[in-house]
Amino acid sequence: MTAVMAPVGTTARRFRALSRRRLGATVVVLSAVVVLLFVVSLVVGSVVVPPVDAVLATFGVGEDATVFVIQELRLTRAGAAALVGIALGVSGTLFQRVLGNPLASPDFLGVAAGAGTAAAAALVLGGVAGFTLSGYALLGGLATAALVYFLAWHRGVSEYRFILVGIGVGALASSVTSYLVARAEFSDARAALSWLVGSVGMATPGLLRVVAVLLVVLAVSGPGLARMLRALELGDEPARMLGARAERDRFVLLGVAAVLVSVATAAVGPVAFVAMLAGPLAAIALGPTSRSILASGLMGAVILQVADLLAQHALAWPISTGVVTGAFGAPYIAWVLISAARETSAG
Amino acid sequence: MRPDHLLEARGLTLGYDTTPVVHEVDLVLPAGRITAIIGANASGKSTLLRGFARLLEPRAGVVLLDGEPLHRMRPGDVARVLGMLPQAPVAPDGITVADLVGRGRHPHQGWFRRWSAADDAAVDAALHATATADLVDRPVAELSGGQRQRVWIAMALAQQTGILLLDEPTTFLDLNHQIELLDLLVDLNRQRGTTIVLVLHELNLAARYADLLVAMRSGRIVDAGPPAQVVTAATVRDVFDLRCDVIPDPRTGAPMVIPIGRHAPSTTG
Repeated sequence: MTAVMAPVGTTARRFRALSRRRLGATVVVLSAVVVLLFVVSLVVGSVVVPPVDAVLATFGVGEDATVFVIQELRLTRAGAAALVGIALGVSGTLFQRVLGNPLASPDFLGVAAGAGTAAAAALVLGGVAGFTLSGYALLGGLATAALVYFLAWHRGVSEYRFILVGIGVGALASSVTSYLVARAEFSDARAALSWLVGSVGMATPGLLRVVAVLLVVLAVSGPGLARMLRALELGDEPARMLGARAERDRFVLLGVAAVLVSVATAAVGPVAFVAMLAGPLAAIALGPTSRSILASGLMGAVILQVADLLAQHALAWPISTGVVTGAFGAPYIAWVLISAARETSAG
Repeated sequence: MRPDHLLEARGLTLGYDTTPVVHEVDLVLPAGRITAIIGANASGKSTLLRGFARLLEPRAGVVLLDGEPLHRMRPGDVARVLGMLPQAPVAPDGITVADLVGRGRHPHQGWFRRWSAADDAAVDAALHATATADLVDRPVAELSGGQRQRVWIAMALAQQTGILLLDEPTTFLDLNHQIELLDLLVDLNRQRGTTIVLVLHELNLAARYADLLVAMRSGRIVDAGPPAQVVTAATVRDVFDLRCDVIPDPRTGAPMVIPIGRHAPSTTG
């Protein structure tokens, strides 16, 4: 170690320029892909609309038939895939980074399961549908998140306890859902099951507007949240030594993540694994030099858009988006667990 | 950065559950000096340091920073004056050295006041001081234990606080790296006037490098003062339950502890 001197900051500046370039390039590319996929999902279908006509039709310009197909049949679904994908991607990466675990996504922490239980209960017991059903799902997700936080509290919330309590509460919620579905009328059970798989096609313009407003609020508060996260993910004590209020910041960040996933689930049902995959895939795109909530959100959009395009058009008949994401998510979990086990045995 | 910040405990009692671990400690940490807290395991030395770092709230008594109760100050204000390297911190998965060290600038930034030239200069100074400038783009998880410890210290240095607390910073380091680290702390202390307070396990290193030793046992201060005053055969017996000889370090004259053990012939008796 050499003596303490006062260099001009070239090493730090060069590295920062490098990571900022990589981040900028990744965000631009991902944004372009999101736009491209959005247009593609307007274009393809039983009637193929040329891209320019499709974009114009979103603004109500063009032949009546085309405007109808785009605005009434495809626009909401295409928009939902992008916006809900962003919400899920941001939610997942917040959970993962606050809790310091790649598997700590809302898929496993009970929030999505709780939303599902509330929706199933409303559907089976109350015959509720549509916007009200989404309201129940939203409340269910938020209530479950609050319950997990409360149960995990013991002089503060530790990451480990939050994950374990979340998994437990999630399992409990799933079993209640199964019970509700099992004792339901046949048609209700069918509706509940199809809701529980989750599909972008379930989104309505009203729900989409809620998601959009939420994302605008998120964009405004983004820099503050990122600042909290940068300190908190170092651990409680280092964060507090940097002047952060670790307990409060964790509450805020988990709260934002829970609201995002609850609203997303209310809009499209519990589409599996998008939240879990977005952060790690964005990290691969970014490389080790930078981390970004925004890139994770955009990656979430790409995943959900691709999954929904596959769900609608890959097979002869359309399937739910959740079926596709589930099929891709499961091998990823296996891979994470296997590589974690390998690291443990090697280290 | 004012180098003359004064940290002081008055009647400080600290604890984790119901049992207090540190009892009614009165201690002034002199500004611009290196103070080492020594003692056996479970003597309360790390707890006392955590109390000074405001990681523990006092059960009774108070910690004063420049005469103001530490727990009533705004965390962000404290973080510009008082930094600490916690024991065995764990970096987030995949984070690079430059990213981690850069986060030491957190208290100097805000929601809207972002990265500045001063931040770059502080990070560079910290990287060079800890000889980690070559590692900037490496993930922290891939480094050796000694390198990782230096990177965390670099983060604490980038924070540019007038007071730096370190909880057993030499643990897990080879002896040469322990010496390098302590030399670095002396550099910091001499060139910037940084007040340094560290918990050290190794008694001889503490006596060699600290201006002031604080010896603890069972949550109380047994003795505090310059090494020549504190490190005596009698104090070492009281603090560590260890029979020893104390001789002067041939190079610096600092007191050196030579444990006697059961098998040494009793020639010096």
